[in-house]
Amino acid sequence: MNTTTAALNPAPPRLLVTSSPHIYSGLTATRVMWDVNVSLVPALAMAIYNFGARAAIVILASVLGAVVAEFLIQKFLMKKPVCISDGSAIVTGILLAFCVPAALPTWIAFVGGFIAIALGKQVYGGLGQNIFNPAHVARAFLLGSWPVYMTTWLKPAALMTPDAMTCATPLGVIKTAARDVELMKQLSESGTSLVSHVFNQLHIGFSDLFWGINFSGSLGETSKAALLLGGIFLLIRGHITWHGPIAMCATVFAGALLFGGSLEFAMFHLLTGGLIIGAVFMITDMVTSPMTSTGQLIFGFGCGALTLLIRMKGGYPEGVCYSILIMNSLVPLIDKFTVPRKFGQTKEIAA
Amino acid sequence: MLEPKSFAGGLHPPEMKLTSEKAIQTLPLPDRVVLHVSQHIGAPAKPTHKITDKINCGDVVAEAGGYVSAPVHATISGAVIGLGNFMHPFGGPSPAVVIERDQAAVEPSYSYENGLELSVEEIKKRIQDSGMVGLGGATFPTHVKLSPPETKTIDTVILNGVECEPALTSDHRLMLEETDKIINGLQLIMKVLNAKAGIIGIEMNKPDAIAVFEEKLKSHSNLTAQPLTVKYPQGGEKQLIYACLGREIPSGKLPMDVGVVVQNVATAAAIADAVNLRRPLLERVVTLAGNCVVNPGNYRVRIGTTVADFIQMTGGLKKDIPVKKVIMGGPMMGFALFDLNIPIIKGTSGILCWDSEEAANPNTTACLRCGSCIRACPMGLLPQKMKQLIDHRKWDKVDEIGMLDCIECGCCAYSCPSALPLIQSFKLGKKNVMAERKKATAKKGPQ
Repeated sequence: MNTTTAALNPAPPRLLVTSSPHIYSGLTATRVMWDVNVSLVPALAMAIYNFGARAAIVILASVLGAVVAEFLIQKFLMKKPVCISDGSAIVTGILLAFCVPAALPTWIAFVGGFIAIALGKQVYGGLGQNIFNPAHVARAFLLGSWPVYMTTWLKPAALMTPDAMTCATPLGVIKTAARDVELMKQLSESGTSLVSHVFNQLHIGFSDLFWGINFSGSLGETSKAALLLGGIFLLIRGHITWHGPIAMCATVFAGALLFGGSLEFAMFHLLTGGLIIGAVFMITDMVTSPMTSTGQLIFGFGCGALTLLIRMKGGYPEGVCYSILIMNSLVPLIDKFTVPRKFGQTKEIAA
Repeated sequence: MLEPKSFAGGLHPPEMKLTSEKAIQTLPLPDRVVLHVSQHIGAPAKPTHKITDKINCGDVVAEAGGYVSAPVHATISGAVIGLGNFMHPFGGPSPAVVIERDQAAVEPSYSYENGLELSVEEIKKRIQDSGMVGLGGATFPTHVKLSPPETKTIDTVILNGVECEPALTSDHRLMLEETDKIINGLQLIMKVLNAKAGIIGIEMNKPDAIAVFEEKLKSHSNLTAQPLTVKYPQGGEKQLIYACLGREIPSGKLPMDVGVVVQNVATAAAIADAVNLRRPLLERVVTLAGNCVVNPGNYRVRIGTTVADFIQMTGGLKKDIPVKKVIMGGPMMGFALFDLNIPIIKGTSGILCWDSEEAANPNTTACLRCGSCIRACPMGLLPQKMKQLIDHRKWDKVDEIGMLDCIECGCCAYSCPSALPLIQSFKLGKKNVMAERKKATAKKGPQ
């Protein structure tokens, strides 16, 4: 029934009707993912500085594997629009490459990237549906399938000599040393600490560990400075919160201090292996971490505790990957027990 | 100025308040008004006139349909020309009375009486007779709010001058231009409720309004102007009470359960007229904004004026920018209109005419479990989980998780990087939870 007298001039076209709200923050999943890519650039630069073209090739192969898997599965299996441009497959590819040695054959890196997306993400239904961190799923897969390749560490370019291409990682050295009863006896007699022994063996110190130079390790995990820079960027952009990372690092640090007995030992565990990359980039993955800050504190604590347990008592020198995968599986449970208090959820009337 | 106060959760959307400098202009009378019988929460009013009946401005055209209801008055003089279903802002047809203006009719005049000298019963009766409802948008009949059960003591009345919705400035202008009337309205409300203290809560982005109230309230020891942090939804009743007094309304309870009654500043000003002049609720101030209108501003307009007439009277729409979306209310909680022949109702605080750029909404993608919605929720709910349960139609679990505590403020959906239609889902969820509860009580009844 038309009741207007004054016809609106010009007459409005068909109007868009949606539910409230009518404005949005402008934050999209795509922007989050590309910000994460940007935050990985400092560590990527350090990987190339340390391991040269080899690093670039491994990263490219892994990213390519991830993107190809995303494309093929979305296009032909799921028959859904292809969303490579959202940048999430690229994040996964880079993160996986950051967790493997530079000497890894190119084709294995490609397979790893493919697995990360296929078995780590798309098999659950795609973005936002996966239970486990895709990069770590692939890393665990590669470690199980090609254990030798996955533990052959290329020397950083600066230290490379024709007769010595590979070396051990700080965590590898400390694990071997701790198992050597003879060596441990010698060290305690001469009053040298375990950490000093590792430093002597590798000719490095704490500052090398922090800046990520003069020693070997996975591609992107060596430079703590570069990783922290990326982490600070994500914090400022509001994509991650401090809860998980601080809880994980503090747990490893405090645990190492308690069970190792020295500040030096605690610092060593804080600055070696994949702890910082795990804390900053892996456990802050929105999809596979708890949603509340309390949940993230518990999650970070669990990851830290398991990491230290594996490092000190387990068979592997490094435990970040497995500890995060184990904790990933507990996320639904953590979410269930960390429901925030509702406004007005009180028995008595406040007055 | 007092220390600003606030609440937990919420966020700060762009303020978009481009009309705060525009003084209120009174628009000419419309030629026709469409007066819906449901302009308030509660029972619809019952029409009292037939088609062709002559009627004077201020006469009742529909009487209250019960205690929780409000009468509707003719906002122009003329003849009833339509009686039937007309489109309602909230969607769908609803009964309404249409009046065509008699060009020769003279506006009624009102004589002043000091309302504060009247008895409580008389004040309440005049408010009830005026058809007063909450003008902030909730449209709850005012006389009901002013009649708490005898067991409840109201110690504080809070006037809501927060206007936390982006783009809206009608309350802001009213606070600057009708300060005395608002204070008078507050005093009348306090007299009815026998309340000791009165607070006017104003967001810090309106320092001029805070200043003018502080100046005027110097002579009233029991009234204060309370600055509030600029954060949405600061003007939500529960958030406002918490910020001003630190009192938390328990889930499922009302402000009076914590000794408070909240009224909007526009309602307070209208109450002053209703009591002092015995003038029914005929008009209200509406903010007109958006890229498509020629003269954005704050306009005093008769209730029942159609949105099309309203826009046309202000100067119309720009010829070169097509309208994509018209919103009644604010950008966070307003209703998108599907037709501009819908009338302005008592609760209409703004009309926004947006072009396609302003109305752009992002594509929905999969939930990333990022937790933005949880951090944004001012009620401490789990919007992500709630949506999941609603999608699976698990109504008992939806109820358990606190569906009815949701105030539909839109913070969750605003902050969602996947642009999930959370509020749409929650409106559905609430409806179903309430239906399920009704079913459950009906089953229990006969035993």
